[in-house]
Amino acid sequence: MTTNGHHEKKRLTDPPKSIKIKIHRRDSPDSPAVFEIFEIPYRRNLNVISVLMEIRKNPVTVEGKTTTPPVWDMSCLEQVCGICTMVIDGRVRQSCSALIDDLLLASASDTVTLQPMSKFPNVRDLKVDRSRMFEHLKKVNAWIELDGTYDLGPGPHISNETAQERYAYSRCMTCGCCLEACPQYSDEQYIGPQAIAQARLFNMHPSGSITKNDRLEGLLGDDGITNCGDAQNCVQVCPMAIPLTKAIYETNRDVTVNALFGWLKK
Amino acid sequence: MASSGLRIAIVGGGLAGLAAAMKIAEAGHDVDLISVVPVKRSHSVCAQGGINGAVNTKGEGDSPAKHLDDTVYGGDFLANQPPVKRMCDMAPQIIYLFDRMGVPFSRTQEGLLDFRRFGGTLHHRTAFAGASTGQQLLYALDEQVRKWEVKGRVNKYEGWEMLSLVLDDHQVCRGLIAMDLQSLELREFKADAVIMATGGPGLIFGKSTNSMTCTGSAVSVCYQQGARYANGEFIQVHPTSIPGEDKLRLMSESARGEGGRVWVPKDPQDSRSPRDIPEDERWYFLEEKYPAYGNLVPRDIATREIFQVCLEGKGVNAENQVYLDLTHIPAEVLTERLGAILEIYEMFVGDDPRYVPMRIFPGVHYSMGGLWVDFEQRTNIPGLFAAGECDYSIHGANRLGANSLVSCVYGGFTAAPSAIEYAKNVERGETETNGIHADELKRQQEINEQIFRNQGPENQYKLHEEMGKVMTDNVTVVRYNDRLKATDEKLLELQDRFHRISINDSNLWATQAIPHARQLWNMLQLARVITLGALNRNESRGAHYKPDFPERNDDEWLKTTIAEYSEEAPVFSYEPVDVSLVEPRKRDYSKGKAKEAK
Repeated sequence: MTTNGHHEKKRLTDPPKSIKIKIHRRDSPDSPAVFEIFEIPYRRNLNVISVLMEIRKNPVTVEGKTTTPPVWDMSCLEQVCGICTMVIDGRVRQSCSALIDDLLLASASDTVTLQPMSKFPNVRDLKVDRSRMFEHLKKVNAWIELDGTYDLGPGPHISNETAQERYAYSRCMTCGCCLEACPQYSDEQYIGPQAIAQARLFNMHPSGSITKNDRLEGLLGDDGITNCGDAQNCVQVCPMAIPLTKAIYETNRDVTVNALFGWLKK
Repeated sequence: MASSGLRIAIVGGGLAGLAAAMKIAEAGHDVDLISVVPVKRSHSVCAQGGINGAVNTKGEGDSPAKHLDDTVYGGDFLANQPPVKRMCDMAPQIIYLFDRMGVPFSRTQEGLLDFRRFGGTLHHRTAFAGASTGQQLLYALDEQVRKWEVKGRVNKYEGWEMLSLVLDDHQVCRGLIAMDLQSLELREFKADAVIMATGGPGLIFGKSTNSMTCTGSAVSVCYQQGARYANGEFIQVHPTSIPGEDKLRLMSESARGEGGRVWVPKDPQDSRSPRDIPEDERWYFLEEKYPAYGNLVPRDIATREIFQVCLEGKGVNAENQVYLDLTHIPAEVLTERLGAILEIYEMFVGDDPRYVPMRIFPGVHYSMGGLWVDFEQRTNIPGLFAAGECDYSIHGANRLGANSLVSCVYGGFTAAPSAIEYAKNVERGETETNGIHADELKRQQEINEQIFRNQGPENQYKLHEEMGKVMTDNVTVVRYNDRLKATDEKLLELQDRFHRISINDSNLWATQAIPHARQLWNMLQLARVITLGALNRNESRGAHYKPDFPERNDDEWLKTTIAEYSEEAPVFSYEPVDVSLVEPRKRDYSKGKAKEAK
């Protein structure tokens, strides 16, 4: 990447004295959206969150107008809770792991543009309401049916290979990047890769597979799995590198088998 | 589903809160679950290493009794032992239950649960799911609770923050007031029992390894309304975290276990790249001071040394950072042994630690103290229960790694039946109709209006920064009584200046300014409990270290600190520790570590 073949971060060789942050502002869901531009001194190791914190302390635009502190969601800041997802310079990702140096290098400019995700209701500024993603999980029964939580000893034997394959799906933090990038996901037309991958996660488990068909039925409706347009954007933007297209392919196969032969069991 | 008629509210949807919600729903009762974030985004996701339970699948003769011994020894004998024993006895069942829920734990070749080693024990006792065990356990409970939500047992209020308890004239808890963080609507939640499961208060220290939701605000409210707060002065500081502009991210101690070396340039202002600084111009201060154990000195010692170097202005660039250097180890070895944690460093800092020394600094990590509870997770306020990091009951003066997840679930599993039992037997009486809920709601509404009206020169985010700095400087690793006194004076000054903040937000819809202002006030209250508790305790025990009182003093201080609120200052009292199961002995940290280092 840099000198001597060592992997020191590629730095801005001539960093700007200050950086401009262009932020989508919206007072409420019914208000018009406008952009406001803020300028803050450049420092090394800034990320989008620390820039927003800086602006929040003194919300004055480049024109000298005092405005309201920008509103955004944040929690773990380690890219594991998913809450701080937004569209940064046109790309959906978590704002905690979006480093300013990288953004400026990629855009060859001194400006970073922040927008809320577009596929979810915009609550205010950069904050969106992703509760429909949790509704998707209800629709596919994304859980194991237990007899009870009392002590019944260990679960079934599972090979480490299967455990690791499930682990990849189980890392989904419900951030919504896949849905933001999916051309098919809008207006309840398509449930999207997130829920399909979770159905796959539980259908792969020996106990979960007992109620496999209940999950597949959740994917049979008008907004079901067949609406996938195979654009494969989801797998490219997933911050957890979840094999979403594999989940869609394998689940679609199961749905087809279930649709063809499921009635025989009834 | 038919309702039993009992009303139980849970505040907090991390591991402890969800564990309690699941048990209560399963027992056939309704739950109101209140959480500042969607519960799946709670701070439990940040736990990495694993969950302890003496399942003894490795033929090592491990047992819950040994888990108990390791835990109370690691906690420097400050924990009451009976609940620790119950937790250790329950731990294997807890792990098996998560296995049945489908957590993708790592497995052995036979397809059984795999276990790994962790600090403070010689046994393979830690079940793990990759390097994100907390995330995986939280998701399993989130899924089970979602099932109960679909069945109508659990009502989630996500994006709601608890503002206060509703107490009747006899100081009995009858519910709570919470605020919708979008509309700022206030609502009363009538409840026969309330379980607090709100996690730790790391944000009192400004930057910590905690999530931004970990303000301790709701617990502070309980304290201000009469709940006893125990062992507040015991704050765990992890030696190696990654300093960030926004937070401190944890760097696991396995980096040193694999041979990582801690150093600073002899000239703090040395502007060269660390790789260009010759060996004889580096100060390997841990190796110099502790030749036998070097970089693998126990966690509290490493933390103290790094902290002191930086406090004296000897950190890298005279800032609060030292190098943790792995670059002498072959890259392929590092990738195999430490890949996951190195990726975190690379993602957030940008440098690849296989080639560039990491810059690290101790970070506030965990509160051993919390709401006082009895052995059934009951606080001193009838009808109020607590579980997880927000209660004080398990870890004594220092927490062992991988014991936090198991203590959260144990706490939730114990609080649930305890709250049900209480709720079944409590008379609602006239509290249904005498307007106490409406009165409390009005009081909280007035506080919001007061904050909104306030006009003054102070900025709440700057006050928060000042609090974090003074707390981090004086009430973490090394504590001196004069500095603790000065810190308390500073906290009083900040409380005074708080009354002159402007929130700078004319738009109340989804504003974060009013919630933050309320959290800040509550943090300032709890900060005094931590600071004055430390001032009073003239000994060194676990994470609490005073150079002027360097030894543990069981004669005077083998007792639990209890703080009770008064307007002037917290009122302290002390109660004896139940050491009926394991006799206190001197903690010889270095000996165990030497074996581990092999």
